[in-house]
Amino acid sequence: MTTMQTGASEASPQRDGYELVVGLEVHVELATATKLFSPSPNRFGDEPNTNIDPVTLGLPGALPVLNRRAVELAMRIGLALNCTVQACAFHRKNYFYPDMPKAYQISQYDVALNVDGHLDLPDGSRVGIERAHLEEDTGKSTHMGGAGGRIHGSESSLIDFNRAGVPLVEIVSRPDLRSSEQARAYVNELRAILTAIGASDAKMEEGSMRVDANVSVHRPDEPLGTRCEIKNLNSVRSVGRAIDYEAQRQIAMLEAGDEVRQETRHWDEGDGRTHTLRTKEDADDYRYFLEPDLVPLEPEAEWIAQVRAALPMLPAARRARLAEATGAPVGGEAVGVVVERGQDDYVLAVGAAGGDLARALVHVKEGYAEQGTAPVVPAADLAALTTMETGRTLTATQAKQVLAELVAGGGGDPGAIAAAKGFEAMDAGALETLVDDAIAANASAWAKYEAGEDKAAGALVGAVMKASRGQADGAAVTALLRTKRT
Amino acid sequence: MAARNGDDPVPGDEVLANDRSAIELAADVRAGRLSALTVLEQHLAAIEMREPEIHAFNTVLADEAREAAMAVDAAVAAGRDPGPLAGVPVALKDNLCTRGIPTTCSSKILDGWKPPYDATVVERLHAAGAVVVGKTNLDEFAMGSSTENSAFGPTRNPLDTSRVPGGSSGGSAAAVAAGFAAVGLGSDTGGSIRQPAALCGVVGVKPTYGRVSRYGLVAFASSLDQIGPFTRTVADAALVTEVIAGHDPADSTSIPQPAPELSGTLDDGVDGLRVGRITDLPTGADPDVLAGVDAAFDALAAAGAEVVDVEVPAFTYGLTAYYLIAPAEASSNLARYDGVRYGLRVPAADTNTMYMQTRAAGFGAEVKRRIMLGTYALSAGYYDAYYGKALKVRRLIAADFARAYERVDVLVSPTSPTVAFPFGAKTENPLAMYLCDTYTIPSNLSGDPAMTVPFGTGTDGLPVGVQVLAPMLGEAVMFRVAKALEDRAP
Repeated sequence: MTTMQTGASEASPQRDGYELVVGLEVHVELATATKLFSPSPNRFGDEPNTNIDPVTLGLPGALPVLNRRAVELAMRIGLALNCTVQACAFHRKNYFYPDMPKAYQISQYDVALNVDGHLDLPDGSRVGIERAHLEEDTGKSTHMGGAGGRIHGSESSLIDFNRAGVPLVEIVSRPDLRSSEQARAYVNELRAILTAIGASDAKMEEGSMRVDANVSVHRPDEPLGTRCEIKNLNSVRSVGRAIDYEAQRQIAMLEAGDEVRQETRHWDEGDGRTHTLRTKEDADDYRYFLEPDLVPLEPEAEWIAQVRAALPMLPAARRARLAEATGAPVGGEAVGVVVERGQDDYVLAVGAAGGDLARALVHVKEGYAEQGTAPVVPAADLAALTTMETGRTLTATQAKQVLAELVAGGGGDPGAIAAAKGFEAMDAGALETLVDDAIAANASAWAKYEAGEDKAAGALVGAVMKASRGQADGAAVTALLRTKRT
Repeated sequence: MAARNGDDPVPGDEVLANDRSAIELAADVRAGRLSALTVLEQHLAAIEMREPEIHAFNTVLADEAREAAMAVDAAVAAGRDPGPLAGVPVALKDNLCTRGIPTTCSSKILDGWKPPYDATVVERLHAAGAVVVGKTNLDEFAMGSSTENSAFGPTRNPLDTSRVPGGSSGGSAAAVAAGFAAVGLGSDTGGSIRQPAALCGVVGVKPTYGRVSRYGLVAFASSLDQIGPFTRTVADAALVTEVIAGHDPADSTSIPQPAPELSGTLDDGVDGLRVGRITDLPTGADPDVLAGVDAAFDALAAAGAEVVDVEVPAFTYGLTAYYLIAPAEASSNLARYDGVRYGLRVPAADTNTMYMQTRAAGFGAEVKRRIMLGTYALSAGYYDAYYGKALKVRRLIAADFARAYERVDVLVSPTSPTVAFPFGAKTENPLAMYLCDTYTIPSNLSGDPAMTVPFGTGTDGLPVGVQVLAPMLGEAVMFRVAKALEDRAP
């Protein structure tokens, strides 16, 4: 545990007096052109066994050469997670598995490239990052025949070595998470950071981001409980479901007077349960030792400084900036969604073009949901649209329709589009007439409203809108009614 | 030599090529005085005559060699530079990868495997105009000191076929000693070039760790392995080292420096050099070997060198540290031979059984012994006591050498404690075999260069090798001293 207050303990839901304690190990594939130790392409989805070479296959005599770009992306991750980047080395982790060509994985052991960082969640809690180290991926086995695609009971296995040697960074959090919601938020925030800094495409569905969860439960005044490691979490949703299931399983065991055994468990998305994969007793002795085919990795201070200086603004800072500019809440959906889609710079550009930032945020959040991340409407056009709204020449409903036209046409003059649609601004006199008519026609509603029952305004506004065929500005109508009441 | 079995089998004009140095052969080929094909045929004739008895080779590449020799001759005829080793027949230890040609490590486990690439040293030899005549026998995966651990049967010492050629690069040493090739390449992890060179009466060099690229050398113990030449003269060894050394981006441990220039300073002599005699050297060398080393010191002193007594206290712990570090790395390096992708596979019902049966059938006893030693040394709970402690000894050895080299330019010692020994003399007792490398192992642990040069004879007229050890990157002075010894050899 880190000494800092996570702020999470208080908020965490306790189940039957137990506190949930979760740490996550996240593997991310780096977005390099080539593999960690060889010149073969690092590319997902190619024909099996086409991106291979003597190093990838672990052929006798082949030697690894470290990819500098992979180190740079790994350092980016470390710096984005507030880690210390340090001189380190590679070790061999020895174990037999058919898709591991050398029967050892080149990884980092006692000294990782990045250590002692943290990640702040949108809810304000802070999660410690123990380390983020560099290692190579294994090949991919496909087990044919037998049950469940597992090696046990299968008839044969096919191995694709395209993935072998792809650079990975393993990001190990401290056990600072206290709920499945927080764990999901951590994964989402981490993914947002990784994509923002261009280190990984972080797609859980393609396996370029893989999450293992260490889960334990304890009573808050007692030491941490025995943890189980949950594997095969292939979506953010599975992360949440698996943690919740596992917590209940462990609590039920403790309540029944049993002990939780330390083991690795497999999440089965189908039955919604975790199952024993291997116990601590069958754990491999990895016989780590210094990789003699590589020299120590000692990034110069100047290089680290360059990587740090080149880091883009991170999602948390971008959310804060957007919230501040638009007046929307920093933890709100609009700010979160727009930053996640990378459209925050566009919103700010609309503001810079003289537009209304609050309206721009709403339009971008809603008008671009299906449009991908690249806004097609020139910022100046959207700015003009928001100005029409704030100047009350367009209602919110009308503006939405105009925006749809702008998006469809890749921009345009919102004034012309509004005119073409017949969205004439009603002059104040005409609007007042309509309001007076509505009051006359809805005397009982008006009486209630006059008596201070604000809800009654709804019927009056509705009548005005109907009479104006939607062209009246709801806000202006409400304001007028309020004036007439006093 | 007295113990040579039978008459010299290479008669008449063939002797012309097979006793001449690589430098002389290349000079004649380059000048168009002698065709590379003629040189090759003379060597192939020697192979044909004596190879059945010697068994230096796992594979003789007569056709490929003829093609290469003709290409050299064509280059000469066309006025192109055929390279500094033009037409020089070379024998490659069979743990050096050769494209499309079986590379066996003298093990059954690599049965049928043909590398899709050449080792960097092989590429450099080709580029220098050398002609590869074959792949030579070795102790399986370079683990041994007699070449008796080969899965394909032992190699015989050409100087006395009742005796071993040493090992593990026994095939390359024998090939050069027998006139099958002017140059051999070997690998030296604990003495596997120097000891067989000494036992076969030829020159053998282990360059500084990182001087020569290991890319394409099938790993035994990666932090110790280094490729080097066998030759009949010190000048040839210098030339071959110049050809194969120099930075290689494909080997991360390769020193980022060009190949050293050695040939130009070979004859600078030893006048004024300080030559160290290690006073606390491990005991156990035979008297005939020690007499040879004493004579070498006398010869160097007579040539103007100052002989200085120095201590290298950790030298004596080299052997024990080595037999933890080398097997530990080997246990990891040899784990890839699992029957999944290449080489031998013994089919079985499930993967784990396939692994076990393949490895049980594919590896010989010594390899299995070292895999088990190394696995144990790295295991949880034993690492600190064994592997960790061995690493500390390794640092001590390097520090002790460095301290000695503050006082002397080179050290001189025996290469092997004995001259060539009879077959079977040490096979029943692995420790006795391990002791063959007492004097050569410390240089592998420190990474410093060392070489052996024949200096007189001992028991039964068999050659004695004298080892010259030098500081890191000190090949130039090492070769000068070796040349001085060669010039004054009895």
